[in-house]
Amino acid sequence: MTTQAISVPRPDAGPDTGPGRGGFGGLVRAEWIKFRSVRGWVIGMILAAILTVFLGVFAAANASIGCQINGGPPKSGKACLPYIPHGPGGEIVTDSFYFARQPLAGNGTITAEVTSLTGEHANLSSGPAQVGNGNMVPGLVGWAKAGIIIKQSTHQGSAYAAMMVTGGHGVRMQYNFTGDTAGMPGAVSAAHPRWLRLTRSGDTITGYDSADGTHWTQVGTVQLTGLPSTVQAGMFATSPGYTVTQNSFGGSSNNGGPAQATGVFDHVSLAGGAPGSTWTPAAIGGGGPAGGGPGPGGGGSAPFTRNGGSYTLTGSGDIAPVTPGPDSPLPTVTIGQSLAGAFLGLIAIVVVAAMFFSTEYRRGLIRTTLAATPRRGAVLAAKAVVIGAVAFVTGLAAAVVSIGVGVPKEENSGQVLLTAPLPTEVRVIVGTAAMLAVAAIFAVALGAILRRSAAAITIAVVTVVMPFLLAALNVVPAGVGDWLLRLTPAAGLAIEQSIPRYAQVTTVISPVQGYYPLSPYAGFAVLCLWAAAALALALVMLRRRDA
Amino acid sequence: MSAAAATQPAPAMAAAAARGASLRHALRAEWTKLRTVPGPAWLLLGIAALTIAVSAAAVGATHCPQNLTCPVDTTKLSLTGIQFGQAVVAILAVLAFCNEYSTGMIRVTLAAMPRRHTVFAAKAILIAGLVLVAGAVAVFGSVLAGHLILPGHGFTAARGFQPVWLSYGPALRAACGSVLYLALIALLSLGVAVIVRDSAVAIGTVLALLYLFPIVLAFIGNEHWQHRLERWTPTIAGLTIQDTTGLRSLPITPWAGLGVLAIWAGAALLAGTLALRLRDA
Repeated sequence: MTTQAISVPRPDAGPDTGPGRGGFGGLVRAEWIKFRSVRGWVIGMILAAILTVFLGVFAAANASIGCQINGGPPKSGKACLPYIPHGPGGEIVTDSFYFARQPLAGNGTITAEVTSLTGEHANLSSGPAQVGNGNMVPGLVGWAKAGIIIKQSTHQGSAYAAMMVTGGHGVRMQYNFTGDTAGMPGAVSAAHPRWLRLTRSGDTITGYDSADGTHWTQVGTVQLTGLPSTVQAGMFATSPGYTVTQNSFGGSSNNGGPAQATGVFDHVSLAGGAPGSTWTPAAIGGGGPAGGGPGPGGGGSAPFTRNGGSYTLTGSGDIAPVTPGPDSPLPTVTIGQSLAGAFLGLIAIVVVAAMFFSTEYRRGLIRTTLAATPRRGAVLAAKAVVIGAVAFVTGLAAAVVSIGVGVPKEENSGQVLLTAPLPTEVRVIVGTAAMLAVAAIFAVALGAILRRSAAAITIAVVTVVMPFLLAALNVVPAGVGDWLLRLTPAAGLAIEQSIPRYAQVTTVISPVQGYYPLSPYAGFAVLCLWAAAALALALVMLRRRDA
Repeated sequence: MSAAAATQPAPAMAAAAARGASLRHALRAEWTKLRTVPGPAWLLLGIAALTIAVSAAAVGATHCPQNLTCPVDTTKLSLTGIQFGQAVVAILAVLAFCNEYSTGMIRVTLAAMPRRHTVFAAKAILIAGLVLVAGAVAVFGSVLAGHLILPGHGFTAARGFQPVWLSYGPALRAACGSVLYLALIALLSLGVAVIVRDSAVAIGTVLALLYLFPIVLAFIGNEHWQHRLERWTPTIAGLTIQDTTGLRSLPITPWAGLGVLAIWAGAALLAGTLALRLRDA
């Protein structure tokens, strides 16, 4: 393994090199020859690629979804999927709510006073919750919502803008599933009602809120391009499911069940509507009360009632983008999840990278290397460049194959792929390769600092792999796991997050679901900082110590 | 170190006695090698310290509020540190063998004691014995932490939680089983170390064996494969020895789970013995 390496960094390395003995290009070539002439290291990198692809493809190939609808024959795979609405932006959305509507031709304004928002959710403390079995207790989910909406049509996924009161997030203006703007804070009650108003002018819809119905504040304005002249305007109520996360060191677990929201509306008016029209109630996307019929209390919460000028609506579901997680109404998969195996490949890459430097100490080759190239910083840089490039190419190939093979298999098994825009997909794939490269550079620097393979590998694995393991497997409480994924080199795995986090959807931060506590680039920057710090320390140590 | 082993017993002695004596000599030689370098002592201390520290942190961070039911296995929670301590056990076992290869010491050892399986047996007995001692300290410290801290965090007998103490049968089984678990991890690591011979690759392999299957388990959704992994992988099956609640729903019974780890360790030792005999050092 050593003989070629000694002869390579000659003084006449080439015309393009700078001053001094042997240019940096020659040095990189020497390190590359060292790398490729050790069979075990090449095998290690191939193993890294195989491990990376293995988990993604294996999990995909063995995913199975089965269902039986209304006592019919058992089905599996894609046949189990319900109709999947897509929002105006192309993303997969949930669009289920209870709607009392009137057509609105041309411009107009809808105004309503919401005097109450209450809810019921599954009783999780007394065994498994079942829809419609009466096992519901009063309680409001944070993103339960009731308010007014102007929507292109009653078709699921069509464009909309809405003003609403929520269970725990004050008044909001939301539009086209992904848009969310905060209005007045605080909860709604009979003593503190919330007045909501939406005004349509062409494609422009403006939302206002008010505490008294006379002093109005503009919350936001939004362009819904391509809105037809006649749209549907009205009141709505809906509530996403109820989830409880229990945290303990033994593990955190999520339990969920259905929930519903009931909104009470007063002083409802539609300026610009057809005279004499009445409100037409309908459940959009199965968004009636949880359980589908008169309420769990044995009547009382029919989906739509009128009492004088006051209306009461009860609905369940959500108007929001679908995100991965236990709350998701669909079995979802993201391209980031197909890359879960990169984490296994990381172990192999870290082992090879740590050995790439520390082995020179064991064999005494370091003395030859430094005799040939006395500039120690350049040796370290050359090693980092070579191992980084090798890890990048290995990771890129493995990521492309993982997604290319794994994702179609997942879709065939009946999972719904949450697609991401092309730039995001490129960032996930190239970012995975870059993450492996930077982790390899981190390990090579550890090898230079510690000079012992065993210590370098253990530290690299424990700092990169262990935090991920602890957080992903819920060995530690979620709060501790989040901080591990923010501060340790494992933060770099955030680059694989392909679905954005929406403020208006409760998501569980878990690497298994593809969500990390840091944004993709911030997480990657944390890993880069660790690698840079290790390189700097390695440089100081290399210069200070005798080899 | 090899002087004691080099003086062979008199030829008149029975073959069995000779073998016993040679194992005794080998043990003494290995003991001398281990205690005269500082590394193993630090690692043994590390096993106990890391295990107790993590276990204490785990029980310290877990509370059971008054109005909630807490599905917590208090004994298993108190033994959380074993998951970390096992990494140090693996390093100790791997270095005990691989350092001989990296320094060339193995050639001296085998020249002094040509019976390779005796050398290997001596190493295995010594490492397992030391890990048993360090593991007993680690487990006792962890159980003590759980015993002292958990009742103050809402896990009281009045609310139906069994005591985390050795007088409670399942807790005693979990505690003793965890000590054995660490010893088996040491033997598994030793076997891998002899097969691989390079300390870096051996540590990478052992850490992967310990932590890779739990990750795979988290990411695959197929119930059949999950069940297989829970029953047949060294760490997941082996750590069922710590379970004291929900025993009926376990994929494998606690002692059978530890038995699966024992099979892994035995297979690694067997492969290691063969590798040691068949290859040049």
